[in-house]
Amino acid sequence: MNKHDPKGIPHTTPRQSATFTQDVNSDIRRAAATGIYDIRGGGAKRKVPSFDDLLFMGASISRYPLEGYREKCDTNVTIGGLNASNPIELDIPITIAGMSFGALSGPAKEALGRGASAAGTSTTTGDGGMTPEERGHSDKLVYQYLPSRYGMNPNDLRKADAIEIVVGQGAKPGGGGMLLGQKISDRVAEMRNLPKGIDQRSACRHPDWTGPDDLEIKILELREITGWKVPIYVKVAGARPYYDTTLAVKAGADAVVLDGMQGGTAATQDVFIEHVGLPTLAIVRPAVQALQDLGMHRKVQLILSGGIRSGADVAKAMALGADAVAIGTAALIALGDNDPKWEAEYNKLGTTAGAYDDWHEGQDPAGITTQDPDLMARFDPIEGGRRLRNYLKVMTLEAQTIARACGKNHLHNLEPEDLVALTMEAAAMAKVPLAGTDWYPGKTGTRY
Amino acid sequence: MQTIDLTEVGLRETNATLHAQSGDTNQTVWEIINPRGSHAIACGLNAPIEVTVRGSTGYYCAGMNQQATVNIDGSAGPGTGENIMSGKIVIEGDASQYLGATGHGGLIVVKGNASSRCGISMKGVNIVVQGNVGHMSAFMGQSGNLVVLGDAGDALGDSCYEARFFVRGEVKSLGADCEKKEMRPEHIAFLKEILAEAEIEADPSEFTRYGSARNLYNFDVDNAGAY
Repeated sequence: MNKHDPKGIPHTTPRQSATFTQDVNSDIRRAAATGIYDIRGGGAKRKVPSFDDLLFMGASISRYPLEGYREKCDTNVTIGGLNASNPIELDIPITIAGMSFGALSGPAKEALGRGASAAGTSTTTGDGGMTPEERGHSDKLVYQYLPSRYGMNPNDLRKADAIEIVVGQGAKPGGGGMLLGQKISDRVAEMRNLPKGIDQRSACRHPDWTGPDDLEIKILELREITGWKVPIYVKVAGARPYYDTTLAVKAGADAVVLDGMQGGTAATQDVFIEHVGLPTLAIVRPAVQALQDLGMHRKVQLILSGGIRSGADVAKAMALGADAVAIGTAALIALGDNDPKWEAEYNKLGTTAGAYDDWHEGQDPAGITTQDPDLMARFDPIEGGRRLRNYLKVMTLEAQTIARACGKNHLHNLEPEDLVALTMEAAAMAKVPLAGTDWYPGKTGTRY
Repeated sequence: MQTIDLTEVGLRETNATLHAQSGDTNQTVWEIINPRGSHAIACGLNAPIEVTVRGSTGYYCAGMNQQATVNIDGSAGPGTGENIMSGKIVIEGDASQYLGATGHGGLIVVKGNASSRCGISMKGVNIVVQGNVGHMSAFMGQSGNLVVLGDAGDALGDSCYEARFFVRGEVKSLGADCEKKEMRPEHIAFLKEILAEAEIEADPSEFTRYGSARNLYNFDVDNAGAY
């Protein structure tokens, strides 16, 4: 009985709406107070079918494993051997995704280069051009060719080990980048040829080509300018992976980078991040199918990104047919982003460690996603690089552990037949059997 | 003068030959015949040489040009002179869309008309068009100058930053955040200089200047209707 009810009539338990949740209500209140959509960094936070919904079966009587620590399990990958005279040779199939100087500080970019180089892999520029720090500290640097063309110049293009034409990004398929005024420092403004302090909204379409036929000619131009030496990747968001992969390959790409909706961005509208694009799990099989249909699987490399966190994710991506993966958010966390040691400062910003995503505001307590000299000084690029190297090594060891357990002497030998799915959705997306069955949705010709 | 027959030599070898020229080359004057609308001719040059293409070109002729002078004795396809850093491109005929897109420096001269999105995202290049320019010209133009002796199509300078536009004829419409501006003596002086460099005769006082109103530089919900 409710003690506040003088008549003694029982009340129902207070009940929160499943539609108007506290999160939703806070969104509405924020919108009503500001009149502006919410902008944030990172990738989709909503729960979507993911690699967590897949399991490896491991060895059994029909499959025998390799000895851990004794029998070799290779991890190297060659990217861009189809057309480039100097393809990229990586020791591990985990690359660092494109993140801009501007979104990240110069020392953070340096740390990414240091860590990637120490682990034998590549790092990637971003919207804003190539800085001497990252070129100097990156053994293998992929130069992003973006719609904005900020800082784009042929001298840097020729310094690159590969060129990545960015058509889309998993966090915002169809959207351009944002870099708000707080982060347009003198150096960023000069590199991008923009007035200091403006809210910079990057173009979402390339200024000098539209469609796959033009893309083919653009790739020709880039090859001519760089003497057909370096691989040319095409990065697309996870939207229509079968057709996008097909068109990228037909346009002449050496590699396709496919980015799912869990992939991060420096800043864009929350509504964009959460409601546009496909989960990473859903995009890999259609892309692999496209490559197989063209007879180009393993000839044109598929690099998968968007929420890759562990060696298990790496192994699952490769079992589904990817040649390599790229990490962005995970690399930042390895550097120290969202570390609980800054909890008191996150609290001052109205958030908590792990949830901090206002990277566009330039107040990152960890000194990574900022251009503020005092905050940047907190971040040690040498220590950051060491941490990233460690993390990349651990991911590789984890992936090797799984591959050996499946009897594979190279990560590329992992295959869909090594996997089962825990949910119907994951089974349908990954086209691997629901655990305990030999069936997945859409599969025909089975006894079920 | 060195002459290359593109049909015989092929694009790869033609460009490789031009790329091999350094700053102290004695072979400073080149002619490319039989271009037949090929794409990416003379792109990525980086030496003080003069290349004349006898005929019309396809996409991206003289793309990312540095130092070189490239003359197109015909009309030019889309994206000609894209991301030009320095040097000069002269087009005797008309230019297709995206002329000088994202160009950082140098000069592009068009004796005929230029199509839509001329100077899109320009970042320092100077473009002089003797005829008209199409719609959305200088869209998101960041810096540099677009000089038009004829008319400009719809939405000139849409969402521009600090690029400047000088139009002698009519402007069909201005894009978001682009406005008419005062012509001051320094603008007359600039026009006199750039027209002389382009070897085009015109009276600078007949031009009107346009540029950013700077109302959309920082997001304001009250401006949402402008997008």
